Amino acid sequence: MTPRRRRLALVLGIVAGVSIAGALALSAFRQNVTFFFDPSEVAAGMVPAGERFRLGGMVTKGSLQRPPGSLEVHFVVTDFSHDVPVSYTGVLPDLFREGAGVVAHGRLRADGTFVADEVLAKHDEKYMPPEVARSLKRRHGDSRAEPTAPATASSGSGG
Amino acid sequence: MDWTWFHRLASPPHVYALAVRLTPWFAWPAALCIAAGLWSGLVLAPPDYQQGDGFRILYVHAPSAWMSLMVYVTMATAAAVGLIWRMKVAHAVAASCAPIGASFTFAALVTGALWGQPMWGTYWQWDPRLTSELVLLFLYLGYMGLRAGIEDPQRADRASAVLAVVGVVNVPIIHYSVTWWNSLHQAPSVMRLAKPAMPFAMLAPLLLMLLGFTLLFAALLLTRLRAEVLARERAASWIREVVSV
Repeated sequence: MTPRRRRLALVLGIVAGVSIAGALALSAFRQNVTFFFDPSEVAAGMVPAGERFRLGGMVTKGSLQRPPGSLEVHFVVTDFSHDVPVSYTGVLPDLFREGAGVVAHGRLRADGTFVADEVLAKHDEKYMPPEVARSLKRRHGDSRAEPTAPATASSGSGG
Repeated sequence: MDWTWFHRLASPPHVYALAVRLTPWFAWPAALCIAAGLWSGLVLAPPDYQQGDGFRILYVHAPSAWMSLMVYVTMATAAAVGLIWRMKVAHAVAASCAPIGASFTFAALVTGALWGQPMWGTYWQWDPRLTSELVLLFLYLGYMGLRAGIEDPQRADRASAVLAVVGVVNVPIIHYSVTWWNSLHQAPSVMRLAKPAMPFAMLAPLLLMLLGFTLLFAALLLTRLRAEVLARERAASWIREVVSV
């Protein structure tokens, strides 16, 4: 083996070793790396009991309720197999929509309601002009292409 | 196979002359592409159906984020070549990449935060994508710090090259973080197997900006490389021939 070959093997060995170490570490910390739990994981009891965690999923269409005279909002987060009701007091972000993705941070109450103190809108990777979204909706009734009116009258200046 | 072109790249005077000659060939097209990309992205492209005009920050954010990864791969490759073939010019290339890559990473993080506040409702979350991109910034800064901290140039080259090579594992982690884990950040719109989730009028400016940023990186790299080679070879006699003081 020439010295150059040896150095080549050494560099490849370092990359392979660090990759394996990284893969092992990340799979060991899988729970901690996951940014949010979905409603199925909540239903299966995979969430840390009594601790704060993030819940992610879609806001069920027609589930948004806001009692008049307060900033309180209620909605249902779904992954299309399980639902979790969420209650939150505060200002919702701009991209918060019924039928769109959301990540809420808070605790699960004993009655199964998730009490959030922070609600973030999760954007999807689709971009299109408003006219295209409208015509798509006319043709297919595609729920994701619907330019729904913002679910909140207030702008998302808070977090 | 004829390897003379590769061996000539090990010669600092040859590389210096090459960099001087090539820089304008990258700098001018870069300026053109970025100007056209900004004009078409900020003025001509239609607004997004959900985000309105706010989505236009994408035209700086996404190319910066791509470049932060591309520059790192370039730097790690140059560092590996420098380690394996003991090629000083390769180490000079790696050293020249680091500040450029750090700047692109910083730009990606800042534009992402500015977009995240109105759209997601937060500047920052310890999300896998965001956190791994921040780690990338620290890798660049760590690389630069390590180089600056070692007096002997040869030892600085080798030690920092090992760091650059080790850090390359972070690149796939950043790219696939949104696929492997639940993440607040959306999945890729363009760099994916399916066709881009974006109409042509929005996609074309993005691709122009990406091309422009890539050419800009090449121009900046060549310019930094000239300075790096001059600094390393300051005692050599060929310097007096190319630089008239």
